[in-house]
Amino acid sequence: MRKAATAHELPDAGQVRAQAASRPTSRPDMMTRLRPYLYLTPAMICFILFFFYPIGSIIYLSFQDWSLINLEAMEWVGLQNYTELVADQEFQQVLTNTLVFTFATVGISLGISFLLALWLNKKAKMYGIIQATVFSPHIISFVSVSMLWMWLMDPQFGLLNAVLEAVGLPGYTWLTDPSSALLSLILVNVWKGVGYNTLIFIAGLQSIPGDIYEAAALDRSPWWRTLTRITIPMLSPTMFFLFIINMISSSHAFDTIAIMTQGGPINSSNMLVYYIYEQGMDYYNGGFAAAASVILLLIVGVLTALYFLFMSKRVHYR
Amino acid sequence: MKKMARVVLQQITKTFQNQKVVKGLNLVIPDGSFTVLVGPSGCGKSTTLRMIAGLETATDGEIFIGSQSVNALPPGKRDVAMVFQNYALYPTMNVYDNIAYGLRNRGTSKKDCDVLVKEIAEIVGLADFLKRKPSQLSGGQRQRVALARAMVKKPKVFLMDEPLSNLDAKLRNQMRVELTSLHKQLGSTFIYVTHDQVEAMTMGDQIVVMSDGNIMQVAAPMDLYQEPENLFVAQFIGSPPMNIVPAEGRSDQLWGFRPEKAVLLPASVSPVSAGEMWTAKGQIVSREILGSDTLFHVETEKGRVIVKTETEEIGQYGSNVTVTVAKPHVYIFDRVSGKKVGRLAERGQVSALAGGVN
Repeated sequence: MRKAATAHELPDAGQVRAQAASRPTSRPDMMTRLRPYLYLTPAMICFILFFFYPIGSIIYLSFQDWSLINLEAMEWVGLQNYTELVADQEFQQVLTNTLVFTFATVGISLGISFLLALWLNKKAKMYGIIQATVFSPHIISFVSVSMLWMWLMDPQFGLLNAVLEAVGLPGYTWLTDPSSALLSLILVNVWKGVGYNTLIFIAGLQSIPGDIYEAAALDRSPWWRTLTRITIPMLSPTMFFLFIINMISSSHAFDTIAIMTQGGPINSSNMLVYYIYEQGMDYYNGGFAAAASVILLLIVGVLTALYFLFMSKRVHYR
Repeated sequence: MKKMARVVLQQITKTFQNQKVVKGLNLVIPDGSFTVLVGPSGCGKSTTLRMIAGLETATDGEIFIGSQSVNALPPGKRDVAMVFQNYALYPTMNVYDNIAYGLRNRGTSKKDCDVLVKEIAEIVGLADFLKRKPSQLSGGQRQRVALARAMVKKPKVFLMDEPLSNLDAKLRNQMRVELTSLHKQLGSTFIYVTHDQVEAMTMGDQIVVMSDGNIMQVAAPMDLYQEPENLFVAQFIGSPPMNIVPAEGRSDQLWGFRPEKAVLLPASVSPVSAGEMWTAKGQIVSREILGSDTLFHVETEKGRVIVKTETEEIGQYGSNVTVTVAKPHVYIFDRVSGKKVGRLAERGQVSALAGGVN
């Protein structure tokens, strides 16, 4: 152990300053500067490996003509994949479907969830049971949900048509009609997502202090004004969060399409991620798949950035 | 014309899940008074205030504001304003909107609203902060916004639920003075809830001491201090609380005296007029210097007592002392009911006694 310095051994302040000035960089100073970077290194390695590298890689691959079955025959084609993709009618429809599906799913799901949360944000036992019931679809896998809804939507033996027929309405070809296939997928995704969104909304509502509502009651605030001037602004961080994660997950829809419609009929329910899968895995067109992936990344990025730009000022963080 | 705002509670009861938290209160709060409901946590004071506000419904009994029974009226229709413990400001609105919100809901025109808000903001010193959000204000400024929001509605009754408890000691003292002068200025009925007896004594002109859902005593501050009706009030009001010792020669009674009315004598000195005094020999176990005063904790033959003396005198005492109290300052309480029976001697005799206690 180092011996502690006694008073008579201590150099005077001038000496210490002179010694410090003569040393360009002392060892502890170097360590102090490096330490934060060392602590960050494991996380940064993961981030670079699993985030930046795949993105960089997919951008690089989108400028190549290549196929999974012959990776050695990769050829630089510049923007050709993009120009062909943009001109392709099938891709245009896929893009439209994706945007319609994303906005419809997010809008309907958040709307229903918000209303459900307002209704279920009560302490009685009954509301707890309903909350659990509404949440349960969230814990079921997309495969099971898709299988369940395929049975419900079966034109001949499905429950939905049985109900429609019971009330005197004609049955419906839910998944096999080009005009209703996308709508059916929206319905399934809304059903699955509502539980989670409702739960988050309820958590948001419960974090609003009760005395604010009491103050509003003393201020004679009518319910609709309390909703628009107090509840909704106070819930804005929750809404902002849910909008972003719902938009990202909806624009990445894959499982339900792969199981229920395979993008059909006549491409009517095909969306970007399933299209990318088809191009890469079914048609072995890696360049096209990579370019479509980059476009998807750009769409999600731009939509998120726009939402941040226009909405973040309206969000109230406590 | 000033609105008549006497508040009357008749047999008010509140039950939460089969537990009675307010037990048949009867209380008259005079028009224009500053009434303080004081008591320990869980005594039902806030629940009583919330029932007057309409934020809780009374399980039983009737509440009158002015001459009108308000049991069936929603909070907004009772013509009361409340200042909450946590201020309950609308966090998404700026100061202007916080103050104006209640006026807008009452249908006040935009122009009148603007005049009223600016007028009130000037009074409470918030004129320069109208555009700020509550999160950009200090605790004291938030408190002023809450006050302004209540004042701007010109209510019959102001209800305040521990409004100073979130402020630091210095600001609390300042706001105490400001609230008292505001009450004088407005002349409205103020009902103020606190667990702090200093706040109650310094602000209220009528104090309601509550315990376990019951009213223990209603009186003016000095009356509460000098003539406590029962053991609870005697020990709740006054800092430090009244000393309680066994009665001499009566097992059914307890005696009590205030620490500031007791006198310490060195053990070697015999008290003059010992027959007119309650005396007890003891040993000082600890002392607390509060500044101008010092508290001595004395373990006597009749139990542990606290004696409050001037700090200047602390050098006079060794560890062995005699505690003396003039008999007129000794209160007699019934041991079972806790009710005050009287004093050991008439108060007129005090000035004649040695030791000069008064």
